[in-house]
Amino acid sequence: MDWTAFKLSLWLSLWTTIILLIVGLVFARAIAWRNFPGKSLLEAVVALPLILPPTVLGYYLLTLFGRDTLLGQTFEDVTGHTLVFSFAGLLLASIIYSLPFAIQPMLRAFEAIPISLREAAWCSGLGHWKTFRHVEFPLARPGILTGVILTFAHTMGEFGVILMVGGNIPGETRTISIAIFDRTQAFDMQSANTMALVLLVFAFVTVSLVYIFNRRHSHIVM
Amino acid sequence: MELTIFLQQKTPIPLNARLVCKSGEVHALVGPSGSGKSSILRCVAGLHTPRFGKVHCSNKKWFDSEHNINIPPQQRRVGMVFQHFALFPHLSVTENIMLPLRHLPLATRRARADDLLERVNLKGLESRFPAELSGGQQQRVAIARALAREPAVLLLDEPFSAVDHVTRRKLRMEAVQLTRNLNIPVLLVTHDLDEACMLANHITVLHNGTTLQSGIPEEVMKQPTNATVARLIDMRNLFEGTVVDHEPENNCTRLEWAGSILEAPYSPEFSIGEKFDWCILPSEVLLHRRVKPSRGIKENPVSGRIGELVSIGGTTNIIIKLADRPGIKLYMDLPQHVVRRNALMPSEEIGVSLLKNSMHLMHKQKKH
Repeated sequence: MDWTAFKLSLWLSLWTTIILLIVGLVFARAIAWRNFPGKSLLEAVVALPLILPPTVLGYYLLTLFGRDTLLGQTFEDVTGHTLVFSFAGLLLASIIYSLPFAIQPMLRAFEAIPISLREAAWCSGLGHWKTFRHVEFPLARPGILTGVILTFAHTMGEFGVILMVGGNIPGETRTISIAIFDRTQAFDMQSANTMALVLLVFAFVTVSLVYIFNRRHSHIVM
Repeated sequence: MELTIFLQQKTPIPLNARLVCKSGEVHALVGPSGSGKSSILRCVAGLHTPRFGKVHCSNKKWFDSEHNINIPPQQRRVGMVFQHFALFPHLSVTENIMLPLRHLPLATRRARADDLLERVNLKGLESRFPAELSGGQQQRVAIARALAREPAVLLLDEPFSAVDHVTRRKLRMEAVQLTRNLNIPVLLVTHDLDEACMLANHITVLHNGTTLQSGIPEEVMKQPTNATVARLIDMRNLFEGTVVDHEPENNCTRLEWAGSILEAPYSPEFSIGEKFDWCILPSEVLLHRRVKPSRGIKENPVSGRIGELVSIGGTTNIIIKLADRPGIKLYMDLPQHVVRRNALMPSEEIGVSLLKNSMHLMHKQKKH
């Protein structure tokens, strides 16, 4: 059992989830309620990672993060090491790859809130932040939670993109799924088996928790 | 407190509205769907920003396009009751009412919510959620929530359209009592004229976003300013006539209509030979009784045949086809017992009088 890889995966998933929670809320609210030029295009871009093969996405990210691009060069100038084959590169790739998993459920949840409820909140004297806190967030909570859990689980199990962008550096880019692949390749079936089982149990427990939590809150609203 | 509204825009909804609503006044905006009634309400609440105009509440400027003033809804102190109530589904009745009071300490909030619930007769339902309430109860919560902030203006957007017929009648009675005790301007949007006449002490008729006529309900319903308003208030007896002559000494203007000469109140503002529109309320058409002729029988007598008889809630609507011009339909409303006593039947001959002082003449509108 490669605990370092497991911890790395957890760490990566945690940061991806935190960042995507914030990014997701901003994007989902904007797409749900605002009209701006290029809205459909933005929706398409956001949904793209859902249908793109991970290797294709990984290939482009690898190219984008390389030393020859502005992004890769700037990152290396500032931090002193490359964006590819680093944890930061992995995190950025994960954020892009899991974007639709965070945004789609949140978007549906915000879209389902009638505009009149927000207007009623404004007419009750609630500012935009308080309207979010007392009306939008509680009503969209199941969707937001689903987005968070999907992002976390999706990042835990990420493989193709990581292999392309991060490679297999222990403690830096070797996540649990890479480790499982690595052990299987080396015919170390016992380690692979243990890690696969840990991941399975972990996934099952988190998804169950979501369902229990959502059920407990849904009876009030409906 | 006085609410002054002046709004103008061409898109997205055309608006050309002017109205004043005083404290303690229930002012109804009536008009067909799409006439811009709700848009005016939304402009007052700050939910829609018109192109030009002013919305002043006493000396506070909520909106003024000339001075670039546009106060957000949060700071306008309006109480708004939405068409489908827009209650917060995740909050209990009390929490719904307490949400606008977040600036007050919890104990004060609770006390105010209790007080409001009592005023709208909702005691005992404090911990229910909106989904567990009937339509009428939801409406009461919406009113209580709108009043919670002690608003400077109360806005009601079709507040009775989402409840069933029986509940509506009950809620209207309650609303009459509730609004009478409020000393603030109340704007009521409705497409229901009966509702407007019942609840409001002032009516403004709207068409395509334009305010056409304002006045007390009785005046507007009896004396529309032109044929468009007459149609909007469902004036069934709307006809065209021509001025024959004036008899100031008899307080009378004589007109030609459908081959007969009728007398109307003296109206010198119409010149001889001028074509005009005129109307009379169906309830101001007098039946000539066969057995015991009543007074007024000589006033503008008209004869015809009964075309249809339809009874609704104690009143019978009768359509009379004129003897000389069967194409013209004259409407008459009679109490049901009068119809029964006189044994009125379809296709029977009938004589009626158009009461002179109820004849209302209107200038022809200029064609655009």
